Amino acid sequence: MSYFLQQLINGLQLGFVYALIALGYTMVYGIVRLINFAHGDVFMVGAYIGYFGICYFHLPFPVALAFSMLGCAILGITIERIAYKPLRTAPRIASLITAIGVSLFLEYFTSLKFVFGPNYLAYPRPFKVTTFYLGDVSVSTIQLIVFSVAIILLILLQYFVQKTKMGMAMRAVSFDKETASLMGINIDGVISLTFGIGSALAAAGGVLYGIAYPQINPFMGIMPGLKAFVAAVLGGIGNIPGAVLGAVIMGVVETMSSAFISSTLRDAIAFSILIIVLLWRPSGILGKRETEKV
Amino acid sequence: MKKFSPILLPISLFILLQTLISSGVLNPYWQQIIQFACIITISSLGLNLIYGYTGQFSLGHAAFYGIGAYTSALITKTFPHSGILIFFASLIIAIIIVALVSFLIGLPILRLKSDYLGIATLGFGIIMKVIFDNADAVIPRLGGSRGMGTIPKFTNFTWSFFVTIGTILIIRNFVFSSLGRACISIREDEIASECVGINTTKYKTMGFVIGCVFAGVAGVLYAHLYTFLHPSNFDFLKSIDVLLIVVLGGLGSISGTIIAAVGWTFLLEGLRVLLPPEILDWRLVIYPLLLIVVMILRPKGLGGSIEFKFLKSG
Repeated sequence: MSYFLQQLINGLQLGFVYALIALGYTMVYGIVRLINFAHGDVFMVGAYIGYFGICYFHLPFPVALAFSMLGCAILGITIERIAYKPLRTAPRIASLITAIGVSLFLEYFTSLKFVFGPNYLAYPRPFKVTTFYLGDVSVSTIQLIVFSVAIILLILLQYFVQKTKMGMAMRAVSFDKETASLMGINIDGVISLTFGIGSALAAAGGVLYGIAYPQINPFMGIMPGLKAFVAAVLGGIGNIPGAVLGAVIMGVVETMSSAFISSTLRDAIAFSILIIVLLWRPSGILGKRETEKV
Repeated sequence: MKKFSPILLPISLFILLQTLISSGVLNPYWQQIIQFACIITISSLGLNLIYGYTGQFSLGHAAFYGIGAYTSALITKTFPHSGILIFFASLIIAIIIVALVSFLIGLPILRLKSDYLGIATLGFGIIMKVIFDNADAVIPRLGGSRGMGTIPKFTNFTWSFFVTIGTILIIRNFVFSSLGRACISIREDEIASECVGINTTKYKTMGFVIGCVFAGVAGVLYAHLYTFLHPSNFDFLKSIDVLLIVVLGGLGSISGTIIAAVGWTFLLEGLRVLLPPEILDWRLVIYPLLLIVVMILRPKGLGGSIEFKFLKSG
């Protein structure tokens, strides 16, 4: 039982990191209907910026985190302006292919020697790691930091989207872009903002992933990116609480299947659940059912 | 004017390339690239049938490519001294297995639409990759994540070339048959085609199975060309490569797909030759940049709706 609880905590840790990435996918998809394949690589860049902040500039952890989030927000907005904006009226597959192009570009450009280099780097831990025991279950400071940072960011995001004027504009654009623009909402601004916020959250996810699983390389974003995306779909893409729910399920399932079934089969199990859920509820757990219109 | 016989073009192309190979103008490295271009063409034509003609978004094409490769390699490796007949037999068996798997997978998941279908097929692709990685636990000969080596080399230029020509003919004739037209109507509007009495499930599954079978055929040739298989040859990025080719060539264009597949193979290899060694690392940086620029300038693909005359109907 304590082993189960321990794995649950580890699963939640992974799930919250996935949640931070999944939010960016879900927000972007909700607004421009684009599977932003480059998002996993923005997450990777976030981890690296955090790494440089801590190792080279000796920033305290919260400052490094904020620095990385800011850097990635700028990166996300730039990517949107350069690569996706010209294609907003083109067939959707064109922007999907461009997203794949951006993703490959970020991976291979950052693995050039004068950028980040192709090798694995050991991620620094900017504080002393202590472990607390509650009976047989242990919780480390790292896990507490991952939980608290993720939960604070999620609450801030929820507040922003539900209570502020910009958040309302964002929801309006995601509901109906043309009508929203008729109501005087600056669509381009909202889209940039969405990319900025999504990328900043991914950067936070990257830094947390770095301190939790202390090894980074330029290709680290592919698998977490895919899984976070799957989590967003699982919860119902375009739906913010759904993305968090899906990510937590994904993280817990992944950890549980490595603990109790087989660590080599964990990806297969996670993706099998995805296919089953999609067949059972094609729009995800919390997603709205879309009616077919003729 | 005398009508140009479409049979002459492939035959003359074959004779030209075969002469270049026999006379040693093309070294084994380039021969391999040419054959690889054929393999990629076959696989891309399969995806073009699924996505370009039937409109079903698939991100798991490499899984079927891998199933074909592993099935046939297992057979030819088990009977290593049986000559070319066993290769042919393994091709047939691989086709049957891929058709069966794609049918069983396609039937349930083709109910999903656009992006959701893409995600489900992507999930299937990743599940297959995990299975390839762990296949040695069940059948040690498959090698699992250590890779599967010493597969007999059966694929040569003649095989690759004529299987490609056969693929083009089959796809062309399928597309212009009543079955193919049903598939195209599903791409244009699924609800409308259902209303005029087209059994959409049947034709979607048919398009999907045939497309996947060609991926499997490409896999068979691949396995017996490189004689070594590794699960990473069939991962998510390989599915993406084929999707890129199909989109760049123009959806629903056979000629576009062929040109894009050959061009893509030679671009990636050509950059290896053209770039000076100091900046060889930039090869995979230049490639995505080109991709982004092409997509921004030509969002409907390079080819668009062009088609060679002999591939048109009527």
